[in-house]
Amino acid sequence: MNRELKRLSVVIAVMFLALFVVTTYIQVVAVDSLSADGRNTRVLFDSYKTQRGSIRVDGSPVAISLPSGDEYSFQRTYPDPFVYAQTTGFYSLNHGVMGIEGALNSFLSGTDNAQFLDQLNALLTGKPISGATVDLTLSARVQQAAWDALGTFTGAVTVLEVDTGKIVAMASTPSYDPNSLSSHDENSVIQSYERLVADPSNPLTNRVIDGRMNPPGSTFKLVVAAAALESGKYTPESTFPNPSELLLPQTTVLIHNSDGKTCGPGDVVTMRDALRLSCNIPFAELGMELGSKALLTQAEKFGFNTSFTIPMSVEASSFPLVLDTPQTGLASFGQFDVRATPLQIAMLSAAIANGGVLMTPNVVESITSSDLKPISTFTPREFSRPISPSTAATLRDMMIGDVANGAASNAKISGVDVGGKTGTAENGEDQPYSLWFTGFAGNDAHTYAVTVLIEDGGGMGQNGYGNLLAAPIAKKVLEAVLNK
Amino acid sequence: MAELSLAQAELHTGEIPKLRAPRTSQRLRNIELGLLCSAFTLTTLAIMFVQFGVVGRVDIHPLGLWTLVFGLTLVVHVILRMVAPQADPLFIPLAFTLNGLGIAEIYRIDLYAQSLGWDALATKQLAWTALALGCVAAVLLIVRDHRALQRYTYTFGLVAVVLLLLPAVPLIGQEISGARVWIHLGPLSFQPGEIAKIALAVFFAGYLVSHRESLSVVGRKFLGIRMPRGRDLGPIIAVWILSMLVIVIQKDLGTGLLFFGLFLVMLYVATARVSWVVLGVSLILLGGALANQFLGYVHDRFANWYDAFNPAIYNAEGGSYQVVQGIFGLAHGGLLGTGLGRGMPYITPVSQSDYIISSLGEELGLAGIFAILCIYVLFIARGLRIGFSGHDDFGGLLAVGLSFVVALQCFIVIGGITRLLPLTGLTTPFLAAGGSSLVANWIIVALLLRISDANRRGSGRVIAQ
Repeated sequence: MNRELKRLSVVIAVMFLALFVVTTYIQVVAVDSLSADGRNTRVLFDSYKTQRGSIRVDGSPVAISLPSGDEYSFQRTYPDPFVYAQTTGFYSLNHGVMGIEGALNSFLSGTDNAQFLDQLNALLTGKPISGATVDLTLSARVQQAAWDALGTFTGAVTVLEVDTGKIVAMASTPSYDPNSLSSHDENSVIQSYERLVADPSNPLTNRVIDGRMNPPGSTFKLVVAAAALESGKYTPESTFPNPSELLLPQTTVLIHNSDGKTCGPGDVVTMRDALRLSCNIPFAELGMELGSKALLTQAEKFGFNTSFTIPMSVEASSFPLVLDTPQTGLASFGQFDVRATPLQIAMLSAAIANGGVLMTPNVVESITSSDLKPISTFTPREFSRPISPSTAATLRDMMIGDVANGAASNAKISGVDVGGKTGTAENGEDQPYSLWFTGFAGNDAHTYAVTVLIEDGGGMGQNGYGNLLAAPIAKKVLEAVLNK
Repeated sequence: MAELSLAQAELHTGEIPKLRAPRTSQRLRNIELGLLCSAFTLTTLAIMFVQFGVVGRVDIHPLGLWTLVFGLTLVVHVILRMVAPQADPLFIPLAFTLNGLGIAEIYRIDLYAQSLGWDALATKQLAWTALALGCVAAVLLIVRDHRALQRYTYTFGLVAVVLLLLPAVPLIGQEISGARVWIHLGPLSFQPGEIAKIALAVFFAGYLVSHRESLSVVGRKFLGIRMPRGRDLGPIIAVWILSMLVIVIQKDLGTGLLFFGLFLVMLYVATARVSWVVLGVSLILLGGALANQFLGYVHDRFANWYDAFNPAIYNAEGGSYQVVQGIFGLAHGGLLGTGLGRGMPYITPVSQSDYIISSLGEELGLAGIFAILCIYVLFIARGLRIGFSGHDDFGGLLAVGLSFVVALQCFIVIGGITRLLPLTGLTTPFLAAGGSSLVANWIIVALLLRISDANRRGSGRVIAQ
């Protein structure tokens, strides 16, 4: 009987081992994902017992929990609500969490495993645990400038420090008041939430990273130019036929340059001039010569078709995996099914301005526990090296030319080399345009990439264009960054 | 594993010369007394922490009741000194600790729900513990030699079947939350299945000891393993049908699985035939497939298991809400737990009975769960040890069966809560609120004590001659 008993003992040992493993998984490994589940009301109730950590910009709180004197102990308050709404997100009683409040919930609420010692301390002393403070990489001055510059437009602005990937500004309009969702008055929260969700302008959406994706229009020509230069077969002086209209092969579709004319005088036009004047036809010709695979590869190196977190999750911008030749022609100036977030477009400028090295964007400078011990601090991380340093230098020059005496002239700042590329993207017949500007400028310390997106044609239907509406906003924001 | 090898190591030291002395030594009882006092301190502290955690002050009344229960346990201890001095000293302290931790957590949720007096489940649990300890004393005093039970093998078998099918009888049977496993007599409700598992273990042990020869030797080779003869298949088919009846009529998946698993393991240990295990596991799989196909409630249980976090299943009536909330509770506890009285175990349905382990896991954390699992492992290892050192096959087999039933029940319940297995409605031994389960598991303790005592005395006597 003993041999059978030994085997049985092994079976029982395995059964209990399985229980040890599965409880360890639930109570240690999966804690963060289970805490992030909106149906986990324990985390929510808990958070009202503990003082949730602040979210700060330049050392001042943009989200802070203050003693409320009611049953929930603390009231989450947003001192500058509209400017930071989509970044902080909100912390609500029954509608979950969004933005940094959601992405770093476990740190803010003090339940993350990294705060183990705090939890132990709280357990032993009986004092409620305090959450960690999150400092953002945003600059209050630049963020405010971006917000002011956007004004009543529907759109977004973002600024990246190109050598680190730090997000210096992230504004999205129209905005909302997160205080209306963090209130302890359940009925008013429900009303506010339902109104915001029903609002067709989607104020809850952070347009920099999420939401309705726009065709990037001419800003995508940077990707096409990059692919051409990287192939080694083209230089900025390579020339292309210069007709005033082009019939896409195998179709009856005629494409034009934005003014309906040829791209400057002459039978041929250089890539440099085509980018500077933002002409569609030469880029369609170039894109079709390169082929959709080359464009796809280059776009993916810049981050297209990849979602990542900053730590909020960024929707993946898309470049179609398969395109026929006429579709490739349209995609070469950012139309057809090409879609991008402003952050993605900012990453194009950032990589170009940073010598071909693309840094991973992030908005969190540091996380500090309630007893002021650092839990995590910002470390620059490379996202990819989409282009060579020489391609980057060439594109940089071309973009500076674009602002100095080209189609992006309204971003000019005297005494500063500003590089830029505008975009005016079609959303279909009779639909208002999406207007873009992406570019960069630097001072002695850092170079910054900026991207502006104006949706709904900036209220001008199909009459607005990138240089008219988006470039001046970029100029104001860059002036704020450079302290001009 | 560690505990098991420890048990094996002690197997040899169990025969050191000191124990050969013909005069009865009370050394084991002294160990038991020491451990029991520690267990009392620990559980009392747990109850006090609950009071601090929930209401912020100590209430002497429940502590008084728990001290009374401790007093009764000491009575059992004294009885052991008289009638079973060589019984294993760990069973009572381990069971007492689990029982106390269970009461502390049940009391914790009572405090939240503000149920007091006789409405409170904790009060009922205290009363049931007292009754269970009375049963332990009775078993120890009445059953002076466990081998006497073997004489009533078929009586126990009959009792088990009757007990099992009792809830299906109209008038006294009662359906609670989908499962028809209760009987109702006046103010008392009882789950006879819990007692039936002991009767079945006795029956299986008795039957297998007398039939092991024919079951293990004869048979034809088939696919490399010796298959049993057709006529020897009778018992395993009968037990399988009984288990399936439980699953179909009483809608009690857990109990069905428990009984069949118990039988299979005892059959294997008695006959050493792997073919029985192969056959049995195939029957379980067949039964499971049939039940999943034809029984709506089983199908739902499976869906709640593998796709628990699906919002549609989560929100469905009888869906995975309970499973998911239980897991949220465990996760909320994390490594160290929220502390007794400081979590929110009451969010999960049936947090005092079926989900007690999730409640404890929330407030005591992974550390607490590990400690509780270790207590079970130790308990089970001590039980199996009796089988290893067995001088009589019946006693050894019975001890193995009773220990395994505790192990399997833990595995089915805790595995169900942690989504290792589909959830079934079994109780966690000693911890969960529920009188039948408590009484049954304490009777198992009494039987294990009795058999372990006979074992050691047996060995002493043999060597002394």
